[in-house]
Amino acid sequence: MTEKISEDQVKHVAELAKLKINDDQLPYFTTQLDKIIGLFETLSEVDTEGVEPTSSVTDQVNVMRDDVAENWHQQQALLDNAPDTQDGYIRVPTIIDESGDNN
Amino acid sequence: MNFQTTIGLEVHVELKTNSKIFSPSPVEFGDTPNANTNVIDWGYPGVLPTTNKGVVHDGIMAGLALHAQIEPNPHFDRKNYFYPDNPKAYQITQSETPIAHDGWVEIEVDGQKKKIGIAEMHIEEDAGKNTHESEHSFVDLNRQGTPLIEIVSKPDIASADEAYAYLEQLRQIVQFTGISDVKMEEGSMRVDTNISIRPVGQKEFGTKVEMKNINSFNYVRKSLEYEEQRQQRVIMSGGVIQQETRRFDETTGKTVLMRVKEGSDDYRYFPEPDLPVLTISQDWIDQINQELPEPPAKRREHYVNELGITDYDAMVITQTKEMSDFYDQMIKAGADAKLAANYLQGDVNAYMNDNQVELQDTKITPEHLAMMIKLISDGTISSKMAKKVFKAITKGDDPKAFVEEKGMVQLSDPAKLQPIVDDVVSANPQSVEDFHNGKDRAIGFLVGQIMKQTHGKANPQVVNKMLKESMSK
Amino acid sequence: MNYFNESLTSVHSKLVNGDFSAKELTQQTLANIKSVDGDINAFLTVAEKDAVADADQIDQKGIDKDNPLSGIPVAIKDNMLTKGLKTTAASKILENFTPMFDATAVEKLKQLGTVTLGKTNMDEFAMGGSTENSAFKITHNPWDTTKVPGGSSGGSAAAVASGEVLAALGSDTGGSIRQPASFNGVVGMKPTYGRVSRWGLIAFGSSLDQIGPITRNVEDNATLLNAIAGHDKHDLTSSIKEVPDFTSALNKGVKGMRIGIPTEFMSQGLDDDVKQTVLDTAEQFKKLGATVEEVSLPHTKYGVAAYYIISSSEASSNLQRFDGIRYGRRAADVKNLEDLYVKSRSEGFGDEVKRRIMLGTFSLSAGFYDAYFKKAAQVRTLMNNDFAKVFKDFDLILAPTAPTPAYGIGEDVSDPMTMYMNDVLTLPVNLAGLPGMSIPAGFSNGLPVGVQLIGRPYDELTVYQAGNAFEQNTDFNKQTPKMGGTN
Repeated sequence: MTEKISEDQVKHVAELAKLKINDDQLPYFTTQLDKIIGLFETLSEVDTEGVEPTSSVTDQVNVMRDDVAENWHQQQALLDNAPDTQDGYIRVPTIIDESGDNN
Repeated sequence: MNFQTTIGLEVHVELKTNSKIFSPSPVEFGDTPNANTNVIDWGYPGVLPTTNKGVVHDGIMAGLALHAQIEPNPHFDRKNYFYPDNPKAYQITQSETPIAHDGWVEIEVDGQKKKIGIAEMHIEEDAGKNTHESEHSFVDLNRQGTPLIEIVSKPDIASADEAYAYLEQLRQIVQFTGISDVKMEEGSMRVDTNISIRPVGQKEFGTKVEMKNINSFNYVRKSLEYEEQRQQRVIMSGGVIQQETRRFDETTGKTVLMRVKEGSDDYRYFPEPDLPVLTISQDWIDQINQELPEPPAKRREHYVNELGITDYDAMVITQTKEMSDFYDQMIKAGADAKLAANYLQGDVNAYMNDNQVELQDTKITPEHLAMMIKLISDGTISSKMAKKVFKAITKGDDPKAFVEEKGMVQLSDPAKLQPIVDDVVSANPQSVEDFHNGKDRAIGFLVGQIMKQTHGKANPQVVNKMLKESMSK
Repeated sequence: MNYFNESLTSVHSKLVNGDFSAKELTQQTLANIKSVDGDINAFLTVAEKDAVADADQIDQKGIDKDNPLSGIPVAIKDNMLTKGLKTTAASKILENFTPMFDATAVEKLKQLGTVTLGKTNMDEFAMGGSTENSAFKITHNPWDTTKVPGGSSGGSAAAVASGEVLAALGSDTGGSIRQPASFNGVVGMKPTYGRVSRWGLIAFGSSLDQIGPITRNVEDNATLLNAIAGHDKHDLTSSIKEVPDFTSALNKGVKGMRIGIPTEFMSQGLDDDVKQTVLDTAEQFKKLGATVEEVSLPHTKYGVAAYYIISSSEASSNLQRFDGIRYGRRAADVKNLEDLYVKSRSEGFGDEVKRRIMLGTFSLSAGFYDAYFKKAAQVRTLMNNDFAKVFKDFDLILAPTAPTPAYGIGEDVSDPMTMYMNDVLTLPVNLAGLPGMSIPAGFSNGLPVGVQLIGRPYDELTVYQAGNAFEQNTDFNKQTPKMGGTN
C-alpha cells in the first residue's frame, strides 16, 4: 500500500494544530490517519468537473445585523472565568514571536 | 547594472462603525481593557458571528471610491492561526471573494500622472492587542472585531516616491468617503509593504522583502528607499535577496531583519460556514454611489479651474473632507476664494495645531470666517484687526457683531479723516519737507501719527492716499 | 417516577389535575435517576438543587394548562450551554467550564416552563457514535448494559429510553441523534439545517450541526420541536421560514404518500435484522395506503469520505479556540506560550478529537485543499442533487438508521474506520441539511432497531405524519428495556 501520509507529515499537521504527538504514539496515529486518508482518496473517482462546491446548506442569504452597538456588560464575568488575569488583562507567558500578529 | 523596483502595499483601514464587524460590541477606544468585549469577542464556545450591515456598506463605498468592481456574491473565509490576540484562532476575512477588486488610484510624481492598480479589497476583523513585559504578555480584546478594509495594490508602484503618493491619494480618497479617520498615528490606517528589485529587462520579479507596521508615510518612503539601495548593494556584491520580514529603525533610518520566512504560512483558508453568502444588488450599489461625496481630485479641479486658486492651495484644502467642505461653504457664503484659502492654511491650521483639534471640533464656522474675510475685502477691518476678530471667531462669536461691539470698524471716510490729516500735516513741517525731498520714510511717520490719533482705526490705505494728495497741493 | 408508560400529554394532564406538583414531579424524577443512573451513566451533571427550585417557581406561577411543556423535567446534552450549569462537551478541556448564557434552544424550553434536570453524557465534542469517547464516563444501553447507547447523543437517548426523563435535547452532525435513538428504541429528530438555532451549541461541524429532540413518541417529539424551532438573530444561518405547528401532522395517516427506499442504503454491510425491519416497515406503510418504491442515491458510497473531510475540517477550525488562554483548562507548569498552547490542548483533548483535528488540518492545508476539502464540498453538491432528484417524485425517504443494532462496549473504538463507516446511513442527511427522524421499528435479539424517515428541506411535517401513522399501528415504542446485561 502506498503511503498517503508520512510520520513527518503527521508531525507537521500536529504542529499546525498545536498538538503534541509523542514519538511512541506517532506510528499508531500515522497508521490510522493513513487508512482514513486512503478512504478520502476514493473521492478522486468522482467527476466533479464544473461542480460548484457546497459549503453551507442554509436557506438564508444576505442576512445582516444593523449597525447598532450593544454592550452586554460581560467584562467582569469573562475575566472571572479566565485562567489567569491581571489588571483587567488576560495574562499569558511572554509572547516572543511578534510576527504572529497578522491581518 | 540597472535595476527596476517593484513595490506592493497592503493597507489596513479601520472603519468607524458603531459596532464591531461580527459582534454588536461597541467600537470605542480608550476604555479599560476588555470593557467593550462580550462572549463573541472572546471566542466563547457556542457563539456565532453576525455580519454588520454597516461594514458591508462601507466596504462597497470604499470599492466605489477606488473605482473597483463590486463582487455580487461575496462570502467570508476563515484564516486559521494561533495567537493570544486572536481568540477563535481564526480570523474571519475574505479570501476567495473579496468585496471589491480591480480598482485604481491616480497619482502624480514630478508632474507625471500614473494609475496605480488595486488588486482587491476585503473586509475583515481586527485582532485584539498584546502588551509585553519580561515575564508575561497581556491581552486586551477591546480592538478584537473592529472592522477593517484591507486594500492590496497591484505591482504597479515603481519607486518610494510613488508609494508615498499612492498612500497619500488613498488616504484622501478614503477619508473623503467618511468611513474611516485613516490616521496612521492612531492606527486607523496601517501599512505593510513589500519590495523587490530585478535587473532591467528581466521578466520575473525578484525576491520580495516585507516590512510591517511602519509608522508614517515618511517612514514608508524612507524605508523603501533604504531597502531599494540595500537590495542593490546585496546583488551587486554577488549576494542573494532572502525572503524575509524586516522592520524600519526610525533612529538609524535603516531596515533591520526580523525573521526569515521558511516556506509560506499555512493559514488553511476555507469558507466561513457560520455566515450566509451575501448578495449585493445593483440597487444597493447605486444607492451607495448616490451617497458618495465628490472625491478630492474632482474638487481640486474645480478649485483650480473655476475658483482660480493655485494647485498647491487646492492640494492643502483637500487634505480632509472636513476642510474641503468647510472651504466650499465659505465660498458659498461669499468669501474671496484666495483669501479663504489663505486663512484656512494660515490662521485656521495654526489654531488646529496649537489646540490639537479637528476643524469640525472647533467653534469656527465657515459662515463666520467668510464674513470676516468680507469685512477685510470691503475695507471695514484691517488684516491686523482681523487677528482679534479671528480669535473671537474661535470662541464662536459673530464677527460683525464683535467688530461693532468693540468699535473696531476701520475709519475710511475721507470727510472724517480730512481734519486729522490736515492737523498732522501742519504739525509736522519737517516731515513734509522730507517727503518733498524724496524720503519715503517720512510718509510712514505721518501715517503712524494719524493711526495714533485714531487709536488704530484709520484705514491705512486711505490715509496714505489722502496724505500724498494733501502734501502735493 | 419513571416515564415508561407516560407521554408529555399524560404527565401534563396529571400536573394540571394536581395529581402532583411540578416540584414533586422533579423530586420523583431525581429520585428515579438516582436509583437508575448508576447502571446507565446517562448524566454527567445532575442539577438537583436548581431543578427543584426551578420546579417550585413553576408551581408558584401555576401550571399552564395550554402548554404541554409546563413543569416538565428535561435533560440537555452536555454540548449545549446552560447558564450557571457546568457544560463540558464531555471534554477535559472544559471540565470546569460554567457558561454565562443559555443556548437559544435551552432558553426557549425554559421560557415554556421546562425544568433542566441536568446534562447528559456524549462523545467528546460529539465526535463518535458510541458515547465511549467521553472523557468522563461510559454510558450503557438500557436494553442491554453491556452494549453501547450509540452516540454522540448517547446520554440523552439512554436517559429517555431508561425512563429517567420524558424528553431530552440532542445534537446531530452526522447521525448523533438518530443513531442513538435507533440503538435505544426512542424517537430522535434531526430537523432541517437552520430550523433550530445553533447559538450556544458548542460547534463541531458548523455546516452540519443541528439540535433536535429525543422523546418516547412522535407526538412528544413534535411538541418539543415546536418549542425550540425558529429564527434567532444570534444565528444568521437559522431560517426565517415560518415554523408550522408540528403536531398538526398527527393523526393524518399516510394514504397516497409516495415513499422511496434508496437501493444504496439497503446494500452490503447491513445487518439482516435491520434490513428486514426496513422491509417490514415498508409493508406497514403500504398497508396504510402509501406507495413504496426503490429509488437511487448514486453518490451514497462517497458520503463517508466527503462527510469526514468536511466535518473534520470545520472541527479543526472550531476547536482551535480551546487554547487554554481565555477560559477552560490551562495546563500547569508551562515554559512559554507555545508550551501553553500545546500542553493545554494535548492534555485537554482525547485521541478521537485529536484524530479529527489532524484529519481536518490536513484536509485544509496547503497543497491538499483542492484534493480533499474542495473535492468533498463538490461531492456534497452531487449528493444533495441526488436527494433533490428523488424528492421530485417522492414525499419521503425510508431507510435504515444504522447498519446494525447496538454493539458491545469496547467493540469498535479500537478502529476508527469501522466507527466512521457506521455513519454511512445518517450523514448524507446532514450533508444535504434535510430533516431526518429515527423511530423504533423492530427488534433484533432483544435490542431495538430504528428506521429513518427523511423529508424534504423544512418538511418535518411529512416526517412526523408518517412516523405518527406508523407508531399508531405498531407497538415498538411501547416496549420497555429491562435495564440489565444479557450475558
